[in-house]
Amino acid sequence: MTAGAIGTEHVDDAGAPDAPRPAQARVPPRPKKRKITLKTILLFTALGAVTLVFIYPFIWLLSASFKPQGEVFDNKILPETFTFDNYINVWQQAPMLLWLWNTIFVTVLAAVAVTISSALVAWGFSYFRFRGRNFLFGIVLATMMLPGAVTMIPQFLIWNNLGMVNTLTPLWAQNLFGSAFYIFLLRQFFLGLPRDLFDAAKIDGANNWTIFARVAAPLCKPALIITLIFEFQAAWTDLMRPLIYLRDSDKFTVPRGLKSLLDQYGFGGNWHWEIVVTASVITTIPMIILFFLGQRHFVQGIATTGTKG
Amino acid sequence: MTATTAASPGAPSDTSALRAKRISRRRNTRAALLFISPWIIGFLVFTAWPIIYSGYLSLTNYDVINDPEFIGLDNYQRMLEDPKIRLALWNTFYFTVLQVPLYVMVSLALALLLYKAGRSAGFFRTAFFLPKMTPPVAVGILLLLLFNGQDGLINTVLGWVGIDGPAWTTDPTWVKPGLILISLWSVGSSVIILLAALQNVPQEMYDSARVDGANWWQQTFKITLPMISGAIFFIFIVNTIAAFQTFTEAYTAYFGAGNTTYSNDAALFYVIYLFQQGFEFLNMGYASAMAWLLFLIIMVFTAVQMTISKRFVYYEGEQR
Repeated sequence: MTAGAIGTEHVDDAGAPDAPRPAQARVPPRPKKRKITLKTILLFTALGAVTLVFIYPFIWLLSASFKPQGEVFDNKILPETFTFDNYINVWQQAPMLLWLWNTIFVTVLAAVAVTISSALVAWGFSYFRFRGRNFLFGIVLATMMLPGAVTMIPQFLIWNNLGMVNTLTPLWAQNLFGSAFYIFLLRQFFLGLPRDLFDAAKIDGANNWTIFARVAAPLCKPALIITLIFEFQAAWTDLMRPLIYLRDSDKFTVPRGLKSLLDQYGFGGNWHWEIVVTASVITTIPMIILFFLGQRHFVQGIATTGTKG
Repeated sequence: MTATTAASPGAPSDTSALRAKRISRRRNTRAALLFISPWIIGFLVFTAWPIIYSGYLSLTNYDVINDPEFIGLDNYQRMLEDPKIRLALWNTFYFTVLQVPLYVMVSLALALLLYKAGRSAGFFRTAFFLPKMTPPVAVGILLLLLFNGQDGLINTVLGWVGIDGPAWTTDPTWVKPGLILISLWSVGSSVIILLAALQNVPQEMYDSARVDGANWWQQTFKITLPMISGAIFFIFIVNTIAAFQTFTEAYTAYFGAGNTTYSNDAALFYVIYLFQQGFEFLNMGYASAMAWLLFLIIMVFTAVQMTISKRFVYYEGEQR
């Protein structure tokens, strides 16, 4: 599924109220026979127009990536001269496959590491009652408020002392220690599980680890998936840390590589916007695919963080 | 793993029940600490130590190569006199003060529209959320392309209605408005939060209001907005903190190697300048001092917002 495929669908019947998904639980039931009133028409016209605004940049980008150099800016939906050359050129100009591989390597490790570690910590905070628990959890929450700028430089110095600058390690290894936001999110889910279940497992002879791994974690699967895909997205789209930690272009992630392509072909006279545009498409498409695979989880996760926070 | 089987109540030795209880509690604490140990280690190494060290660095001159040289409060003194700090602060405030209210209003308007769409909301919600998946680097590039002063799509569209659009990406007056506009493209997650909040408002409240003859405006301002004020406030706070730290889109579009064509002062946001000082000019001490000022500013703004919100935000009694 590509951005364009979705996009065109939207343009054609932007106002049509087709419902690809079942209704939300709390949406009031609609009357059986719906009268098409002026209000409805206005509502869907407005929604269609907004949808167009949101989707059109994708269409524009995708279409521009198939246009030859001179026509990138012509603002036509369909390329006048359709060409695949840009994709071939990007592959020749930049180690795109290597960048993609680096990015996948970092994002998968980052997402898996943060999910496992945050789940362990969240479980520790939700299942056990011990002295200092609230105090420690207060610190977890407080760290969410701390701007990244404060810790950015010392963290760099730590990795620098470990000789890890210009490697991919700093981009994911900190995730082995959990992340405040996910600890908070997962703790909310763990707290929602019935305690009787754990007591029952305990009576059956399960130890703490078994209760966590065999009983609690499987029940929290939706929340764990949310954590995985949130972090995957965060790691994939990050630019600042790759800017700080990566030096050589064979270490770059795709966003970092895209920035270097922009510096090379977008600024400074050497104009090849078609290459920048095409690399943008390549950087974005994996995220679009991720979104469609995990759509339900995204929506659920975001709604949870916002309304129960 | 080593968190021994806590199920050992069947071993009452000669000790009192009280002692057994104490032992079990200690075991319990040990098991808990084992589970949260990744966070404790991570906190000490990657948060607590960096905070202390950053505080120390802010009192030094440090270029990574030579040892830090203690200079007292000179970095803070220098910040007072640095015109670029003033510029960066001004740009950042300008962006935050305009962007955050706009962002909240747009997401609120879209959420209200979506709520009305009923069953089809899911379809449109998907469309609204997609931009949020676009890597910020790509958003920065889209900004350069779509807001281009000559052939950009935005100005072409404006041209249709007879408006001669500005040079968004090169005219210093229009650089920040352009950045604000494109940031509105990613309101998707806020829309989802607000829609979820709207759907949680009990339908009966509207029903009884309608019986009492309340019109749409009255329902919106007397029921809807107060009932979702918690979610609105959440979005306000989170976005203010994010806006103060805005970096990637502006950095992509206006800074970096090879970019000598633009006068980019108009896009010099605080974190961009901090990044430049720390990692491009290697003034790690100065950058650390800058980080502390940012921290202070964010704390003050958040505290003010929290205080103000106490008057306006309604929380359901049973929640937390």
